[in-house]
Amino acid sequence: MLKTFRLGGIHPAENKLSANKKIESLELPKQVIIPLGQHIGAPAQAVVNKGDKVKVGTLIAQASGFVSANIHSSVSGTVAKIDVAPDSSGNKRPAIFIDVEGDEWEESIDRSDKLVKEITMDSKAIVERVKDCGIVGLGGATFPSHVKLSPPPGSKAEIIVINAVECEPYLTSDHQLMLEKADEILVGVKILMKAVNVEKAVIGIENNKKDAIKLMSEKAADYAGITIEPLKVQYPQGGEKQLIDACIRRQVPSGALPIATGAVVQNVGTAFAVYEAVQKNKPLFERVVTVTGKSLAKPSNFLSRVGTPMNQLIEAAGGLPEDTGKVISGGPMMGKAMPSTDSMVVKGCSGILIMQSLEAKRKEMSDCIRCAKCVHVCPMGLVPSYLMRVSELNMVEEAEADRVYDCIECGSCSYTCPANRPLLDYIRLGKGKVMGIMRARAAAAAPKK
Amino acid sequence: MSKKLNVSLSPHVHSGHTVGGAMYGVIIALIPALLASFFFFGLGAVVVTLASILSCVAFEYLIQKFIMKKEPTICDGSAILTGLLLAFNVPSNLPIWIIVIGALFAIGVAKLSFGGLGNNIFNPALAARVFLLLSFPVQMTSWPVPGQLTAIGSDAVTGATPLQLMKAGMPQDFSTMDLLFGQIGGSLGEVSAIALLIGFAYMLFKKIVTWHIPVSIFGAVVVMSLICGVNPVEQLFAGGMMLGAIYMATDYVSSPMTPRGMIIYGIAIGALTVIIRTLGAYPEGMSFAILIMNAFTPLINAYVKPKRFGEVVK
Repeated sequence: MLKTFRLGGIHPAENKLSANKKIESLELPKQVIIPLGQHIGAPAQAVVNKGDKVKVGTLIAQASGFVSANIHSSVSGTVAKIDVAPDSSGNKRPAIFIDVEGDEWEESIDRSDKLVKEITMDSKAIVERVKDCGIVGLGGATFPSHVKLSPPPGSKAEIIVINAVECEPYLTSDHQLMLEKADEILVGVKILMKAVNVEKAVIGIENNKKDAIKLMSEKAADYAGITIEPLKVQYPQGGEKQLIDACIRRQVPSGALPIATGAVVQNVGTAFAVYEAVQKNKPLFERVVTVTGKSLAKPSNFLSRVGTPMNQLIEAAGGLPEDTGKVISGGPMMGKAMPSTDSMVVKGCSGILIMQSLEAKRKEMSDCIRCAKCVHVCPMGLVPSYLMRVSELNMVEEAEADRVYDCIECGSCSYTCPANRPLLDYIRLGKGKVMGIMRARAAAAAPKK
Repeated sequence: MSKKLNVSLSPHVHSGHTVGGAMYGVIIALIPALLASFFFFGLGAVVVTLASILSCVAFEYLIQKFIMKKEPTICDGSAILTGLLLAFNVPSNLPIWIIVIGALFAIGVAKLSFGGLGNNIFNPALAARVFLLLSFPVQMTSWPVPGQLTAIGSDAVTGATPLQLMKAGMPQDFSTMDLLFGQIGGSLGEVSAIALLIGFAYMLFKKIVTWHIPVSIFGAVVVMSLICGVNPVEQLFAGGMMLGAIYMATDYVSSPMTPRGMIIYGIAIGALTVIIRTLGAYPEGMSFAILIMNAFTPLINAYVKPKRFGEVVK
């Protein structure tokens, strides 16, 4: 029996249309638009001005605070302006516009393909390098990696857990990366282990990627302490709490950080970025993006520079089909539907999913029949139908008592509901209100300075 | 680029589950028992089943259309299912006019007056059965002897059911095999335990219901029978036990929503049934036990929460 997490879960149609499509480098765009806020935490502050010449890898915006990340230029050329640009939600956010001229990289970056196995840096230097290179979690949450690699005082890391499950349907960027960069990823994992001083690491891969499991298992034999854990295909296994439960059979208590179980979780793409940063001195300015959809002519995996217009990726995959009803940044379960395709690739963009108009429409909802399917699939042990009801009626005390704050917004409840009820929509609303009240309460209780 | 895109919140895909799908799933699961009832009770069973289903669907349509003034929902299969289950809960020689009254009570009173599918407190088919039992005790308890294939209505020769015999302490002329396959007197759909169990297996396979409610009922019946000094096998296979535990107690709307709640609910139904059967005035207690626990369902839902993530034992 393959392992998986122990509570709830669903198995949506996998639709991995772009599986086994080689990672293609995308042609350089004429202009890139690099947003200053591509991560969780404070947006970075621009350190270049209009007219400045930059190279590939030049620092263009500096982290502002501990939970923030540096941003580097993904192209060489001239800063055209610092202005606002629409992010994936359509909100205008500050961004740096760079006109592309040639492809000249910073000399400090080692551009050779040679695998560098030996890790010379010590723990402190590794975390410093990860911070300098602007590495963030590439699974989609984009939490600055150096923060995760600095466990808070009083907690101790015991194991690195690598998220290579890619449980979202359609997405294949992590899968393809493992097939093409297995050794680099494994060295990256060793670097992460050294960064937090642990001897063990486990890489969780869902069993629908048998070729990656086989390849990684063969290669992992050369890397002491790293084990590959094939996992039963089950959504939302890529959720941090679910992955820890699946791989090491420990559950993060409500409200605690994953480090409470001794685990530090990093995405497989992040491990690769860490390898490049530490061994090749290469900042994070490009990533693998899956462009996919049933109606798309050529579902593909592209290596794309940060700031590349999404339209260019869609064109390269065969162009936007006529009957497109929805364009999603990310996967179909947790991705964000975008108001237009005018946005650009950012560090956290794992995929672009095109849906036909028929698929994109929700069906009409009917009354709850209390079938309890949402209760059975909830990976956090909540009662989604009840939480929707109290959220709808603005009963915040009841929502808090029933732990709406534990919701990880995976969408399993809405996915499974036979009455097509928009459970997660309302639960998000209730969760937002309850979290606001909880924060206000904590602030009031804190000692005044 | 002026294309209008849909920007709803995630998730962007749906399982394709529908309310109708679940209802028709239960109906499919009831087909073996339906065929068994035709085999044992013949034409009488066919007539009662058709009358019950047709009148339930008709009442749902008429009440929704002309009294509630809303779009009728007869296509979701729930009225058909209520009709089928009502027929399963009455003797095959019941006069048609009584069935029609039962259907009106099930759909009009037990279901629609509470707000329709999803809002009813009691299982409509069971509420109607108990209503008929109290209103027409003679017709509702004269059980045709199986094997009279062409008898309709009052033509049928009647006899006692196994539970009546047990209750009266009379000599029992049936074997466990008869109980299992259905060669016994009783309500139309309850007699063949094996056909009902086949349907249960189908529903488990299709994930229409979970094991929690039926299995905890069966467990409680066995334990309670041993305490009360009656034969647990007979208690399990006689009367409406199988039909009630598998199809009536698991009704989505009127049963609890959490696994722990379902187990509490199931144990209470099993124990109450045996108590009513051995100590009460009626030979059969399944319907009463389920209806009593239906009334406790909101309370169970309010106090029994699922196991939360982080408290699973290591």
